[in-house]
Amino acid sequence: MNLENITLISFGYFEKELLEMIVNEVEQEFSIPVKTREGFLALSEYYDAARKQYNGNELLKVIESRFATETTKTLGLFNVDLYIPILTYIFGQAFLNGRSGIASIYRLSNERYGIEKDQNTFVNRIRKEVIHELGHTFGLIHCSNPTCVMRSSTYVEDIDQKSHRLCSKCRISLEENED
Amino acid sequence: MAKKISILVVDDEESVRDSLFNWFIEDGYRVECAENATKALLLLESESFDIILADIKMPGMDGLEMLKRIKSLRKDSIVIIMTAFATVDTAVQALKDGAFDYVTKPFDPDDLSHLIRNASKQISLIEENEILKEKVVSLENIEDLIGNSEAMQRVLQEIESVAQSNASVIITGESGTGKELVARAIHANSPRKFFPMVSVHCGALSESLLESELFGHEKGAFTGAVYNRKGRFEMADSGTIFLDEIATISPKMQIELLRVLETKSFVRVGGNKEITSDFRVICATNRDLKTMVEKGTFREDLFYRLNVVNINVPPLRERIEDIPLLVEYFIKKYCASMNRPPMTIEVAALKRLEEFPFPGNIRELENMIERAIVVGNGKKISLKDLPLGKTLVNTTVESLDDLEKNHINQILNKYNWNISVSAKALKVDRVTLYNKIRKYDLKPSK
Repeated sequence: MNLENITLISFGYFEKELLEMIVNEVEQEFSIPVKTREGFLALSEYYDAARKQYNGNELLKVIESRFATETTKTLGLFNVDLYIPILTYIFGQAFLNGRSGIASIYRLSNERYGIEKDQNTFVNRIRKEVIHELGHTFGLIHCSNPTCVMRSSTYVEDIDQKSHRLCSKCRISLEENED
Repeated sequence: MAKKISILVVDDEESVRDSLFNWFIEDGYRVECAENATKALLLLESESFDIILADIKMPGMDGLEMLKRIKSLRKDSIVIIMTAFATVDTAVQALKDGAFDYVTKPFDPDDLSHLIRNASKQISLIEENEILKEKVVSLENIEDLIGNSEAMQRVLQEIESVAQSNASVIITGESGTGKELVARAIHANSPRKFFPMVSVHCGALSESLLESELFGHEKGAFTGAVYNRKGRFEMADSGTIFLDEIATISPKMQIELLRVLETKSFVRVGGNKEITSDFRVICATNRDLKTMVEKGTFREDLFYRLNVVNINVPPLRERIEDIPLLVEYFIKKYCASMNRPPMTIEVAALKRLEEFPFPGNIRELENMIERAIVVGNGKKISLKDLPLGKTLVNTTVESLDDLEKNHINQILNKYNWNISVSAKALKVDRVTLYNKIRKYDLKPSK
């Protein structure tokens, strides 16, 4: 497959510059041009009133069926709280070695945890989460290296601990997967 | 490289199965899903999983019943029970029935990670325990190499001198002389002793089975290859591989073996990825490989590759002076394993043992002593306890059915075909005895 680009599609309200602030690093990690655009979905269809959250499995399926293409890796970005039936929440998920993934910025801001707003930390977390989910679409699994972006993160503090870069082992895997 | 943990998810809700599947796949686990307990148990018959995550409420067989069945199949299985309706009673019941843990859906991502990490640790501990047990057994086995005779002392010296090197060794000797013990002794005294010694009995396997046994196979490589399997060469990485009855392998396997010995790399059956393994090879045979090479039935290049060092284990008849020591050792060993007080042997019985030719070598002597302890009076082994008239090893092989038939016939004759008394002696009920009489068509002797 000849990949043309990575497409980041935002759904719902996003600050205009937010995606532009992470494009460079995503391009650097995967050496593929990154495009951003807005997408439209009736999110209420994916809302679970009992949980007051949005179904991540269904959203991933809709990104795959309606937005993904053979020549792109497509990541849907949301600003709502995502869940999957078995877990209380998720930051994001993707098809391993597939075409698409999703991520949410909902739980990535300091304010969500009653801490003072820090835009820099917020953008860093989004950057890491986007690169992490895209990494899965390139066939990368979770890494045990504490600084690698592919390290599994279940809390924002975990995201803060790691860098936005792939470790050398994951980079080699990425290159092998691309071959 | 660490072993890839395998997880089986059993839940009737597709969304739950999909969610857990995606979550675990991203973590690098091997994951399979089943929509009900019956399908899960069917899967478990052909494949083993390290961790089983099962829903408690499922149509048909529920999670608790499935847990019991899994535990009866494999006691060490790690089963985690999930439920949307937590009650203390079911949790306690699940844990009593052997569940590793009990969780309520939906759970926190961090809890799931912790749960799997803890289960993985438990698996590592179980495996480590198994390896340590094997090591203890192999270390104990070294003691089995007993003998003060000149022939045996020579073997022990050869073991000592060859153990530290990486050289290939061929151990020759008649059947039952203890060739595998010699191999274990070499391994246990080598720098590889903390890694596994993997034994393969080449003579017991067909060519295709041996190929899959040695090199492993990929899922789907042949009918019945329902999962990936590591080969013995791969398992022996950093350790030793012991190829028993090497003379029985086919010409095709001889070529493949030569290639592996030269490159220390191979490909699993049905696979295409080259796997490398650092192993030392020790072979054993009771045949004359040199003559086989001359006759063209064993490859000369393979022979020279294997025969860097040759250790010949003498037959028991050539080291009669070791028999008293061996007898003493086996008495001690079997009295301890059967929880019997220490026994001795009558002088006359020992003398007869020293005169016996032992065509089955030490294995035959060991079997004789074990039998004598079972049938003896518990104090002293006497002549009548030893089956010296016939050898245990070279008797005509009887099937289990034949053995059962003969034994039942003997007991019936002993009690003049009194069915109640005979059944009591055989510790079966009368109906069973009648069924056996009918099955084997037994009749009172006239």
